[in-house]
Amino acid sequence: MSNDWPLYEVFIRSRSGLEHKHVGSLHAADTAMALEHARDVYTRRQEGVSIWVVRSTDIVASDPAEADALFEPARDKVYRHPTFYAIPEEVKNL
Amino acid sequence: MSTVTAAQPGCEALFRYVLRLGDTSLVLGQRLAEWVGHSPALEEDLGLANLSLDLVGQARLLLTYAGEIEGQGRDEDALAFLRDAPAFVNLTLAEQPNGDFGRSVVRQFLLDAWQLEVYEGLLKSNDTRLAGIAAKAIKETRYHFRFSSGWLVRLGDGTEESHRRVQDALHDLWRFTTEMFVADEVDDALTAAGVAPDLAVLQPRWSARVDEVLKQATLVRPAPVAYQWHGKHGVHTEHLGHMLAEMQHLQRTYPGAQW
Repeated sequence: MSNDWPLYEVFIRSRSGLEHKHVGSLHAADTAMALEHARDVYTRRQEGVSIWVVRSTDIVASDPAEADALFEPARDKVYRHPTFYAIPEEVKNL
Repeated sequence: MSTVTAAQPGCEALFRYVLRLGDTSLVLGQRLAEWVGHSPALEEDLGLANLSLDLVGQARLLLTYAGEIEGQGRDEDALAFLRDAPAFVNLTLAEQPNGDFGRSVVRQFLLDAWQLEVYEGLLKSNDTRLAGIAAKAIKETRYHFRFSSGWLVRLGDGTEESHRRVQDALHDLWRFTTEMFVADEVDDALTAAGVAPDLAVLQPRWSARVDEVLKQATLVRPAPVAYQWHGKHGVHTEHLGHMLAEMQHLQRTYPGAQW
């Protein structure tokens, strides 16, 4: 039966977190059921205060075969990391 | 009966009342636990187990309280595992076998709607312990009702087969709903004392709540059935004994076993 239900990706925002994080996937007949399943499957241990679900087929993913073309060019551009600044003594918690 | 509000050892009516609530939650929770590993989908398996654990949690609070009222030294475990079927006073509907998923959904739906009314009524109880238990339980029960009514609509308004199955289950289980609202001397005494909600007031509210969902689910409400099932007086269908045999097996075989 579960094979007939489409796949949904689940994103949970934790109590302390600001953003929703991908936690896994599940099967459900529609979005309402997906939310309930997400609640039952992924928030049993007080993991979250907010849930997003989205049909897996609605997610557009980058092609792993193109990883080199997409991500390699950034590798030798260390100057994009903000690690070359002298940080004043007065600035804390940066 | 106006002094019944505090848990006085030996207060028979309050003991019976709390025991009935606790037993109904416990028996229904055990029935749902039987689904674990057998549900139509992994997600439903977890969903039903969650419902089951909520209900067992309610039963623990209620049976612990019942044991304190009784004052005979029986705790939640003694009440749950060391009583025989005739000493159980759950609603007869709760002990009915799971059947198929649709039948379990119908049973759950009818009892969720009942628990919603009872717990809502108990929020205003003179008995602060019961009001506190109701305050915790009603949040869980609201989700249970959402779960069961959602499934009832899906199945009732689903395929020809799913509709037929839940309609049949509804016809079969409806006869047990009469018992929910027939008040006896225990109910009357506690209602008069401001401890328990008046069943005569709850009945039309339950009825309206159920009708609203049945309409969405395109299901026909069965005709009223005369009061003939007496689970809350300890007279049960043959199913409870079998269920308890499984549930109590470990404690009966190895008394006091812990893990």
